[in-house]
Amino acid sequence: MQSSVGHEWLEILSLGLGVMYSLERPVQGQSSCPKDRLGRKRRTVVSSLTEDEELTEILKSYCSNKVTTTKYSFLSFIPKNLFEQLHRFANIYFIFLAALNFVPVVNAFQPEISIIPILLVLAVTAVKDLWEDYRKHKSDKFINGLVCEIYSRKRQMYVDQRWQDVHVGDFVRLSCNEIIPADMLLLYSSDPHGVCYIETANLDGETNLKQRQVVRDLPRQGSELTPENFHSRIECENPNNDLSRFRGFMEYPSKARVGLHNNNLLLRSCTIRNTETVIGIVVYAGHETKAMKNNNGPRYKRSKLERRLNVDVLWSVVLLVIMCLTAAIGHGLWLRNLKDNSFLIPDTTSPALSGFYLFWTMIIVLQVLIPISLYVSIEIVKLCQIFFIQNDVDFYNEYMDSRIQCRALNITEDLGQIQYVFSDKTGTLTENKMVFRRCTIAGVEYPHEENARRLEVYKEDEALGCSHTLKSRASAKSLSCKSLSCNRSSVSLHTLTGHSEGEESPSPTLPQHSAFSSPMEKDIVPDPFLVQKLNCLSSPLFLLRDASMELTYIVDFFMALAICNTVVVSSPNQPRHVVPEVSRTPLKSLEDIKMLFQRFGLPRFSTLSPPHTTESPRSFTQHGSWKGPPSEPGADELIYEAESPDEAALVHAARAYRCTLQGRSLERLLVELPGMGSLAVRLLHILPFDSTRKRMSVVVRHPLTNQVVVYTKGADSVIMDLAESPKGAEQSDGRQGHIREQTQKHLDNYAREGLRTLCIAKKVQTSTEYEIWLKRHAFAETSIENREELLLESAQRLETNLTLLGATGIEDRLQEEVPETIEALQRAGVKVWVLTGDKQETAINIACACKLLRTTDQLLTSSSSCLVSLQEACKALLLELRAEVERGEAAEGTSGFTLVVDGRTLDFALQEDLKGDFLELSRRCRAVVCCRSTPLQKSHVVQLVRDQLRVMTLAIGDGANDVSMIQVADVGIGISGQEGMQAVMSSDFAISRFKHLRKLLLVHGHWCYTRLANMILYFFYKNVMYVNLLFWYQFFCGFSGSVMTNSWVLIFFNLLFTSAPPLLYGILDKDVSADTLIKLPELYKSGQNSKAYLPSTFWLTMLDALYQSLVCFFIPYFAYAGSDADMLSFGSPINASALLIILLHQVIESRTLTWLHVLVLVGSALFYFSFTLVFSVVCVTCSPPTNPLGVDKLQMSQPLFYGVCALTTVLALLPRFLFHALRNSISPSDTLKAALMDQLNPDNYCRRMQHWNQTQAQSKARGLIINVEDLDIKIPDFILPKELKECRAATGSVLS
Amino acid sequence: MMASNYNAKEEDGHQPAAIGHGGAGTVKNKKPDNTAFKQQRLPAWQPILTAGTVLPAFFVIGLIFIPIGIGLFVTSNNIKELEIDYTGGDMSSPCYNCSQSYSWNSTKPCTCSVPFSLDQPFESNVFMYYGLSNFYQNHRRYVKSRDDSQLNGDKASLKSPSKECEPYRTSDEKPIAPCGAIANSLFNDTLELYYIDPNGSRTAIPLVKKGIAWWTDKHVKFRNPGGNDNLTVVFQGTSKPVNWRKSVYELDPSDPDNNGFINEDFIVWMRTAALPTFRKLYRIIHKKPNMTPTLPLGQYILEVTYNYPVRSFEGRKRMILSTISWMGGKNPFLGIAYITVGSVCFFLGIVLLIIHHKYGNRNHSADIPS
Repeated sequence: MQSSVGHEWLEILSLGLGVMYSLERPVQGQSSCPKDRLGRKRRTVVSSLTEDEELTEILKSYCSNKVTTTKYSFLSFIPKNLFEQLHRFANIYFIFLAALNFVPVVNAFQPEISIIPILLVLAVTAVKDLWEDYRKHKSDKFINGLVCEIYSRKRQMYVDQRWQDVHVGDFVRLSCNEIIPADMLLLYSSDPHGVCYIETANLDGETNLKQRQVVRDLPRQGSELTPENFHSRIECENPNNDLSRFRGFMEYPSKARVGLHNNNLLLRSCTIRNTETVIGIVVYAGHETKAMKNNNGPRYKRSKLERRLNVDVLWSVVLLVIMCLTAAIGHGLWLRNLKDNSFLIPDTTSPALSGFYLFWTMIIVLQVLIPISLYVSIEIVKLCQIFFIQNDVDFYNEYMDSRIQCRALNITEDLGQIQYVFSDKTGTLTENKMVFRRCTIAGVEYPHEENARRLEVYKEDEALGCSHTLKSRASAKSLSCKSLSCNRSSVSLHTLTGHSEGEESPSPTLPQHSAFSSPMEKDIVPDPFLVQKLNCLSSPLFLLRDASMELTYIVDFFMALAICNTVVVSSPNQPRHVVPEVSRTPLKSLEDIKMLFQRFGLPRFSTLSPPHTTESPRSFTQHGSWKGPPSEPGADELIYEAESPDEAALVHAARAYRCTLQGRSLERLLVELPGMGSLAVRLLHILPFDSTRKRMSVVVRHPLTNQVVVYTKGADSVIMDLAESPKGAEQSDGRQGHIREQTQKHLDNYAREGLRTLCIAKKVQTSTEYEIWLKRHAFAETSIENREELLLESAQRLETNLTLLGATGIEDRLQEEVPETIEALQRAGVKVWVLTGDKQETAINIACACKLLRTTDQLLTSSSSCLVSLQEACKALLLELRAEVERGEAAEGTSGFTLVVDGRTLDFALQEDLKGDFLELSRRCRAVVCCRSTPLQKSHVVQLVRDQLRVMTLAIGDGANDVSMIQVADVGIGISGQEGMQAVMSSDFAISRFKHLRKLLLVHGHWCYTRLANMILYFFYKNVMYVNLLFWYQFFCGFSGSVMTNSWVLIFFNLLFTSAPPLLYGILDKDVSADTLIKLPELYKSGQNSKAYLPSTFWLTMLDALYQSLVCFFIPYFAYAGSDADMLSFGSPINASALLIILLHQVIESRTLTWLHVLVLVGSALFYFSFTLVFSVVCVTCSPPTNPLGVDKLQMSQPLFYGVCALTTVLALLPRFLFHALRNSISPSDTLKAALMDQLNPDNYCRRMQHWNQTQAQSKARGLIINVEDLDIKIPDFILPKELKECRAATGSVLS
Repeated sequence: MMASNYNAKEEDGHQPAAIGHGGAGTVKNKKPDNTAFKQQRLPAWQPILTAGTVLPAFFVIGLIFIPIGIGLFVTSNNIKELEIDYTGGDMSSPCYNCSQSYSWNSTKPCTCSVPFSLDQPFESNVFMYYGLSNFYQNHRRYVKSRDDSQLNGDKASLKSPSKECEPYRTSDEKPIAPCGAIANSLFNDTLELYYIDPNGSRTAIPLVKKGIAWWTDKHVKFRNPGGNDNLTVVFQGTSKPVNWRKSVYELDPSDPDNNGFINEDFIVWMRTAALPTFRKLYRIIHKKPNMTPTLPLGQYILEVTYNYPVRSFEGRKRMILSTISWMGGKNPFLGIAYITVGSVCFFLGIVLLIIHHKYGNRNHSADIPS
């Protein structure tokens, strides 16, 4: 235990110290790569076996695979480290002071003493750097020494080589579970279809397998690729850090070109899975790999408090200059008035020049006024705060075995000042565990009532805990790929090895992100009615033509569900589920069945006969065309790994209807259809999902009809638009029209229920159409420049004139405690905005469900299509709202209004001339819901609010679409959920549940803010108070820069005697207990308004410091005036009482005192007294000229010393003591009231808590009662909600 | 009110409900330890300052400080002190002539006698000080201008004193011993005290010149080079400070234990005063063994050998006779300050009592006015 604590500390410390000084971007280590001398835009890669000299030369110009992330070598350490340290402002200041001290005319102390601080700082940093660098060196060495197989020309075979000897153009052979040494192009895979799977956990933390494929059209060479015969030339872009993009082409000796994609590229530090052998040619090595390019150190942000602090540091500088100027002028005047000083003060310079010199002397003497050490202290305090946040057991997620991750180390106090929270919906407020709920096919709705009932049961189950199911899945996973024990969330290979070396390498834990298929998501109870219809396929019964038409729709629908995705299939027993080379020919084509149907014309009602329905499931199995019920455990269990949970949900849904995706390869999909057995579907293209198109498509050759069919799945708005082209409307003689109308109706219903909707459509292409499209698509694929645009255009060309098949409704449940969290945040004065890509109705429903909207709230829905109307509408509404506010019915600033904006309106609202109005409007609303918004819009909204309203913003999200928003906000929080790790990687804090936000903000945020603010104020106070003592003395020593203290004590006073207590104060002080903070979110407001650290507080503190220093100087002054006291004897009681005052001041300011506080406070005092005592006994000639010998010993033996100290301390602290007592008695702050409550016994505590909440609620309610009828806004674009009750009803349905 | 905040309600609710899984193979190694320290639940004392809680403190301070103050004040008042300014600025002053003829190197000593009378007898030991005003012994350059190792008897430093001593480091290319501005400006007036008997005869009052320096200074810090034997030889090759009339080994030829660097007058001078107006111990008049006061009331004469020029920096010279107490010399300030602070605290205590009665009850019953 002890050692593990130590380990954590070290880790945090090393991280933090790195940040502390690295204001600049973290150094990536010396790049050993020669700069691309030719400066080309592309890089050419050929086989390293080439004999062409010129090409070999080019290959040599690329970076080798040896990585050195260390900054220093053995010899360069001292000079280089010094040089780097000298770049930091704080050190420059220290060195400047030290150097000043070596100038004889201005020196204040002995030069040796003045270099102590800088030496200390430099030494500490150097040791830290050395240690860090050594660790890096060790891990570099480990990584460079890893072994992989490279093809050797001499020996004509693959030989073991170290990673560092891998070069661009080398052929590397890897086996399953090996780590990829460099970015390489996949040329061969043992998989017959040229597919290989990689796990990118080391890169982005995603554990689901990703499919990579061999470069297209690569001539197949028997069993393995022979490197000698590889004469193609690869042209690709220069190294960059974009993990998701790779562009280039390969030119064969025959000059034919083939495009290279991201999915031909194997990235360094990923792991090969499920594939026996792969061979690739290295294109980027070492520091040029995408993994290394992405390897930036921890994030650095400046917090609001620090910005405020910097202002005050500048004030300190001003103060310092004023004080030094005063002394300089005073000295000049004093010298001028002194008639004959020759025998007293050996100085012949003119008064003016002496004054000038003195200015610099005073800067040395008063240097402490600039709290440089404050920055170091703040970093240390923040590290400790992060330590506590990370160790909060409430943030521990039992299922995922994860804690909170603090990725940004220096914005902890920003958590306590958040005013706006921007939240994503899916995966953030909701579970992002997609469960298929219902669907509509060809205009007929299938409500899946059984399914709904099943979900209820699961919900109850989950409440009790159902991790056993997860566990079974875990074991399945570990069987399928014996995973290396690797850190799943590490960014770089370095952290990877750092961990696997260490003791705490995680035993194979639960798979975190790929567990899409908990039984709840897998076992879908089919709708009996739909099953019945499907049965007709395999049953010998006959249908009418009309019904069979519907049947084709149904089959196509499920076909689309099963194949229109990028799901990877695996099973515990069999690592790969690929399509066998020889696929069975279909038993009978759909057309045959159709023909059959037509020949036997039986009446339609026979299909609907009830007895058949009950019998149907059994009849399937008897027929033998089913492989068995999908829920049956055992050998047949398939595991679907999908990029998004929607996909998995749909595949599982299709499977429930026996339309099972059984395997996938590069070119083929194996699908089992009811009544037809396994069919191999030729996959022609996948047009992947993107957020602009909002859809994805697959182009396949239909196994039954042999036509080229496009299956498209996407957001309903998009698909509906694409399906409604006039041409389609003409053709389908109203049937499509009917389906569309019905589907739209069902979609609206789904949305109202809070379901996510997806539309499924298809399109049959004639072969000529396809040929034409294919040509242009191929062109787009092979182009290097603006390929994205071309591909987008190509996809858009294909996805037209779609035939709507149907739509699905997927349920995404709210996470636990979301409503409570949102309510708490709102009570805390945080405005919560929901930004989602979902439909308006879905968004409103979720907003209702999570209590963002109350039933009493008034919805302002804005969806307009033209700019002018919106502008007018916006303004009109604004006026209306203002009038409302003026009428005094709304509480200040907030009202019961909720604005709902859709993406299109948002586009207008974000434009220059409207954004002011939009902000004004939204500022007056209690909550804002932005639906249908793109990732870019999300970040624009956050940016707008942050910059225009100058508020602290927090963005929270879980998916890739939230990344930009997370990065823009002052505090970005990622939820490590179902959708990979991109959000987490770009976030400042990563939590696993939304509910954690409550404690993170209300408790830790509050604490961190108040602690840090108080500590900073205390630091300023301490420095000003102490430095002023020296300043006052100048008035009695002719402004000559004398100090009445031994210079050692002076230097150590800040460095040693009074440095620990403020740190502890900043780490452990606790004004209100966590419980109370959670229960009374209103307490958060003090941080929001920066109550603890206002400019006025700062100046008040300064004033108090001034007073205390006056007391602390002048009481000893009057006590010793005219006596025979020498300088040090006079300074001794001043120093001692200053120390006591400073320490006791902290006791007054502290809200909690633990034994640690007592220890440190008493320790500091004892340290001071023992140090000075020992020093005064031991030091004979050690500290000229102010010789302390005997001074303190003598002083401390005199009662006068104690008399002075006691009086000084009491008088100095009296005003603050009194001020606190009076303020706390007469007008206590909320925080104080809460702290008082903490001290009550539990019974009283509860009573008071209730009382508080009641009063709060009352005062809220008074502000919130708004007469809805009164405010009938007569603007067409802003429609009032149809039914607020409906909203409430929907809440029930979503919650239940 | 200041209660320990470590109670049951904090202990509860932090234990996450253990979920009933089999536990086989699932090692929860990332779970933070649920310790009081890591969960920030260390038992703590929460001092909340309200009128009610600070009340006793104010009264206690008042009750302690006022007696102390009275004690200090009485003690200070019992101290007898006499101060005589002999600068000689006025024409009427007996030392006027001496003060006008200023020269560091005049060979002819100028003497003047200042008569004064004591109204009260001085009991116990009487300390005789000389006081200087407007003399900035605490000036940074002045303070630095010394060589501690030289004074500590280091022979190397004797031959080549520290650079800090400039411009009083060498004279006539010989090192100055003791070097530096402090030593150079050594106070060199001689003060003698005579009691005028009612019958008019003068009795010299025995002034003890040993024991005026700190023990540590005399025995540890200041040492003659090469011990105390034959200082003339030891200081051979050094030069006396510019302003001095005699060499350092001639400071007290009568007593080898008080000569050279360990001359007590010299040591006292070398301990630089904190403030521009200061006094330095000059001599001690020991209590007489019999019951007669050390200094009986009557007429006295202060004989001054006037050497030290102060007119150039508008300084003043004083002779002070004082008895001392356990808390040092006469200084009524501390006693008055204690009494004042104590009374203020007591008064504030009463004010707080009123405030506590007015607001305290409200705070206890309900926080929020409804």
